[in-house]
Amino acid sequence: MNDIAANPATSESAVPMLSGSDLYCERDDRVLFQGLTFTLAEGQVLQVVGNNGSGKTTLLSILCGLNDSFEGKINWFGKPVNENRELFLASLLYLGHRIGVNRVLTPLENLRWNCALTQPVHKSKILKVLHSVGLSGFEYSQCCILSAGQQQRVSLARLLLTRAQLWVLDEPFTTLDTDGVELLEQLISQHAKQGGAVLVTSHHRLKISNLQMLTLGKQRA
Amino acid sequence: MAPVTTGIAGTGSAFMATLKRDLLIASKRKNDMLNPFMFFLIVASLFPIAVTREPQQLTDISAGVLWIAALLASLLAMDSLYRSDFEDGSLALLLLCPQPLYFMVLAKNLSHWLVSGLPVVLVSPLIAYMLKLPAESYLPLFLSLLVGTPVLSLLGSIGVALTVGLGSRGLILAVITLPMTVPVLIFGTLAVQEPRFGADLAGYLAILGAQLLAAIALAPLASAAALRISVN
Repeated sequence: MNDIAANPATSESAVPMLSGSDLYCERDDRVLFQGLTFTLAEGQVLQVVGNNGSGKTTLLSILCGLNDSFEGKINWFGKPVNENRELFLASLLYLGHRIGVNRVLTPLENLRWNCALTQPVHKSKILKVLHSVGLSGFEYSQCCILSAGQQQRVSLARLLLTRAQLWVLDEPFTTLDTDGVELLEQLISQHAKQGGAVLVTSHHRLKISNLQMLTLGKQRA
Repeated sequence: MAPVTTGIAGTGSAFMATLKRDLLIASKRKNDMLNPFMFFLIVASLFPIAVTREPQQLTDISAGVLWIAALLASLLAMDSLYRSDFEDGSLALLLLCPQPLYFMVLAKNLSHWLVSGLPVVLVSPLIAYMLKLPAESYLPLFLSLLVGTPVLSLLGSIGVALTVGLGSRGLILAVITLPMTVPVLIFGTLAVQEPRFGADLAGYLAILGAQLLAAIALAPLASAAALRISVN
């Protein structure tokens, strides 16, 4: 249905951080993508674009390992991702469009749990990070009284608390205001500069230098 | 950027963090905590009203009534185990953390039992008094529920994990879970009834204990696999 020749290899290092080759996925007898091949090297930002329903979210969840109904190979630093799952997961930060913020807990409590699962972080650091994502004054409020955009900011705070190399962000811009969009673009650029890699779906035109595109399905003319 | 190889949280601390988080959530949703407990109280008290007021007949049925009420109360509380986590995306985070999912599921099940199972166990002698259970059966009842209700939580977790992704759950959870709980029900009620007729309580408790150990070893694995399917 669609053959995608993704971004030409631009990585300086020989082995890309994450690569997928010949990925195929169908859902409800509809082929979402086939023959999909891409590489993502350190320092790269790859934006996945495509119409609604073209399989962007499915692709991201396949790459993270949440979804295993696909064919093809996914490699992490040249090795099949399944052989090195624990290290892969320790290096991965996934932010889905269900953002993983519990509504009855406070931002602080949410982030504490997030960090405790991967790398424990001291409370003072979390408070500082909440301040820098614009949530000062809301540290101890239940998340259900926060707006959707503020809840999204709680999940953005995870980006500042993690040491993960690979960020996988599914529609992270949807509920953010202009300041929030700017902040997130900054975070993504900064992460790429430090040698991290970012995989992001969005319909926005991102103001990020060295941005690679991966198009799913046929774009409307 | 250097690969992340150091500083990954230990499984023990991640287990405690998950347990604490779930207890914290439960403490903020007071009705989730009180509902199973009230349900147990009400169901158990319906039997004297509907079936009989004869002390002797009540004595005969009380062990079964208490165990079935505990079973239904546990089932009622089950649905909240993974639902909010599934809906807000926390479940995906749990599946994608570098910790063994087995222990994370076990932490959630333990927290669930502490909130919904333990109160029922603690209040059971009071209800037993109302149902004219003979005084010498209080201890067997208490002990059998103490060992048996965690098994109900662990088994129920499998059913919830399987159905959490379905739009309309309704009764399917009960249909999946209740048949699995029959062995617990059999030995739980026998443990309460039989010692009165001279049987050894320790034997029944040992079988319940064996069921608990088997459930601890195997049920979280099944729950973890079911969660992976549900998120798929």
